[in-house]
Amino acid sequence: MAEKFREQGVVLSNGQIGTGIFDLKLKTDKIAAAAKPGQFVSIYSNDKSRLLPRPISICGADSETGELRLTFRVAGKGTEEFSRLAAGEKVDLVGPLGNGFPLERAFATDDSRNCADRDGAAESVGVKGRRVFLIGGGIGIPPMVQLAKTLTERAQAAGDTAASAGSPETFQASAGSQAAGANAVGFQAAPFITSVLGFRDELFLVDDLKPYGDVVIATEDGSCGTKGNVLDAIREKNLKADVIYACGPTPMLRALKKYAEETGTECWLSLEEKMACGIGACLSCVCRSTEVDGHSKVKNKRVCTEGPVFRSTDIEL
Amino acid sequence: MKMEDDAMPDMSVEIAGVRLKNPVMTASGTFGSGQEFSEFIDLNRLGAVVTKGVASVPWPGNPTPRICETPSGMLNAIGLQNPGVETFRERDLKFLEQFDTRVVVNVCGHSVAEYVDCVEKLADAKRADLLEINISCPNVKEGGIAFGTDPRGVEEITAAIKKAAKQPVIMKLSPNVTDIAEIARAAEAGGADGLSMINTITGMKIDIRRRTYALANRTGGLSGPAIHPIAVRMVYQCAQAVNIPIIGMGGITDAESALEMIMAGATAVSVGTANFHDQTTTLRVVEGIRDYMEQYHVESIRDLIGCVR
Ligand SMILES: Cc1cc2nc3c(=O)[nH]c(=O)nc-3n(C[C@H](O)[C@H](O)[C@H](O)COP(=O)(O)OP(=O)(O)OC[C@H]3O[C@@H](n4cnc5c(N)ncnc54)[C@H](O)[C@@H]3O)c2cc1C
Ligand SMILES: Cc1cc2nc3c(=O)[nH]c(=O)nc-3n(C[C@H](O)[C@H](O)[C@H](O)COP(=O)(O)O)c2cc1C
Ligand code: FES
Repeated sequence: MAEKFREQGVVLSNGQIGTGIFDLKLKTDKIAAAAKPGQFVSIYSNDKSRLLPRPISICGADSETGELRLTFRVAGKGTEEFSRLAAGEKVDLVGPLGNGFPLERAFATDDSRNCADRDGAAESVGVKGRRVFLIGGGIGIPPMVQLAKTLTERAQAAGDTAASAGSPETFQASAGSQAAGANAVGFQAAPFITSVLGFRDELFLVDDLKPYGDVVIATEDGSCGTKGNVLDAIREKNLKADVIYACGPTPMLRALKKYAEETGTECWLSLEEKMACGIGACLSCVCRSTEVDGHSKVKNKRVCTEGPVFRSTDIEL
Repeated sequence: MKMEDDAMPDMSVEIAGVRLKNPVMTASGTFGSGQEFSEFIDLNRLGAVVTKGVASVPWPGNPTPRICETPSGMLNAIGLQNPGVETFRERDLKFLEQFDTRVVVNVCGHSVAEYVDCVEKLADAKRADLLEINISCPNVKEGGIAFGTDPRGVEEITAAIKKAAKQPVIMKLSPNVTDIAEIARAAEAGGADGLSMINTITGMKIDIRRRTYALANRTGGLSGPAIHPIAVRMVYQCAQAVNIPIIGMGGITDAESALEMIMAGATAVSVGTANFHDQTTTLRVVEGIRDYMEQYHVESIRDLIGCVR
């Protein structure tokens, strides 16, 4: 089990980046260094009449400086309090929590052909790298920033390893043993990242995603990009992916689950649920699973522990 | 620095012949079986770990949202989701074997037969030191009304469980009654070895943005500091009414709120909702009680139990 820490984060800065949307940077001792994309932290109110933690996704984490970036929308009393945090103030944090996105799936070669077949790229997909959608709806966008950055860094690191190892044969050979997971070296090729972002009207975090690949935008009011939702944008532009990572409101996730089933695309969804403990002890935060879960022995999984990221076929929405 | 010969105050207490190194336990349902919290605190320092309610077979629990926050408290309607006693024995009790602390197994059921079945399946579980019976569960036969609300029913279920149980039996009382002392006396008459109180107080929250119930179950159980004065009052009333030990809980967050409960008549205390706010609450309470005893030269915690009459 990955290690979790309880510590006081010190506010480095807190700025507004949209209507009711704040970008909070905190200095942490251990959390940032341990954080993986798709994980979250529990952030506690300094008003002690509010007992429960607020789960907020990790938008950025610098393992060297310990800087943790959280981007949130004011949704109630707790987040309103956090929006007023000023540099130098402290907040209690617990994290990193949850499983995070399975990075290795962006580099996998095993079943990537299923989808690639349809546009005739089957033969080359292994070498070409997987086409990855990072789909964020509204305040589900923040974790995509850290995911895009980490995928890109991993691909670069793998490329460097391959280059220093010499021949492409060596590279291919080491790729065979990557099944062990995210830390394996010898990734075959950098994934092609397309960020698909859905907004009501006002844009945010778009520039944070641009360095890592194409950015496609959908707005409900049509003020920018496709008028409609993220799936409307995907269909309008006729985009295809081998693997999808997504976070956003439940109706969006439900539509993506269906889309993934229809198109046979591998899809990973980050879910939200009310939490009391955030660490797996209270069973507040469950979602419905398609199979009996190994821990609960019923068709329930804890979003805070087995999640928040689930394979779309493993859960009911 | 403490002197070598500076005697540590005696924090040990006894419940139904079971000795606890200190009076601080965890409240059922807020601490799992200790595994998750063992990443934050040393379980060896607790008087006891009280495990999440377990039934004879797995229960799926209620739909979500299962919880919501309220001022200085929360509502929960988890619906007693649990993996069933078999998995619980093999996994959870096995995990707890490595710790030098007492284990209190909390049991739930939909019928007397289900409680008895579960208690029998725990009979040879060596790691279970005490059984805590949650009688705030919906009684399926009685149309879902909780077992714990009728004195006759409480006496009957206590007697049935006592007959089947190999470990001492603590009856966990519901506060959702008119006269808690009457229920306490019924449990004592049924043969209970101790009482645990209070369970959560039924409440409701409305989400005004969605114009509907905040919880999928509509109602939920209120816990946390908001209920502490009610819990202290009820522990006090029952301490006057019965001669069996009481485990006090409801809104304990620090040594002060724990000591109030002890002085009102509780032999031990359980920390619940406060664990969500600070994973180290239980240890802060242990240390705070020790500090109090040193400051006021209290030699044994037993001198404080029920000292307010
Ligand atoms: C894994 C995860 C990651 C998240 N990441 C982000 C993020 O990066 N940025 C962001 O803006 N929001 C995020 N959220 C949603 C965020 O947790 C809520 O908006 C926040 O808790 C609201 O708190 P509040 O006190 O302002 O609202 P209130 O309505 O006053 O909160 C009352 C209670 O309900 C809980 N609650 C309310 N809404 C939610 C919700 N949507 N999900 C879970 N609990 C809720 C609160 O934690 C609190 O306990 C995330 C939620 C989850 C589960
Ligand atoms: C999330 C949650 C789950 C609970 N589950 C159980 C349970 O399974 N069995 C039980 O007897 N009590 C259960 N309780 C009640 C607590 O054990 C305790 O009696 C109550 O919460 C009051 O204490 P507190 O204010 O310190 O939380 C639960 C409470 C909460 C908040
Ligand atoms: S929030 Fe407690 S189990 Fe997930």
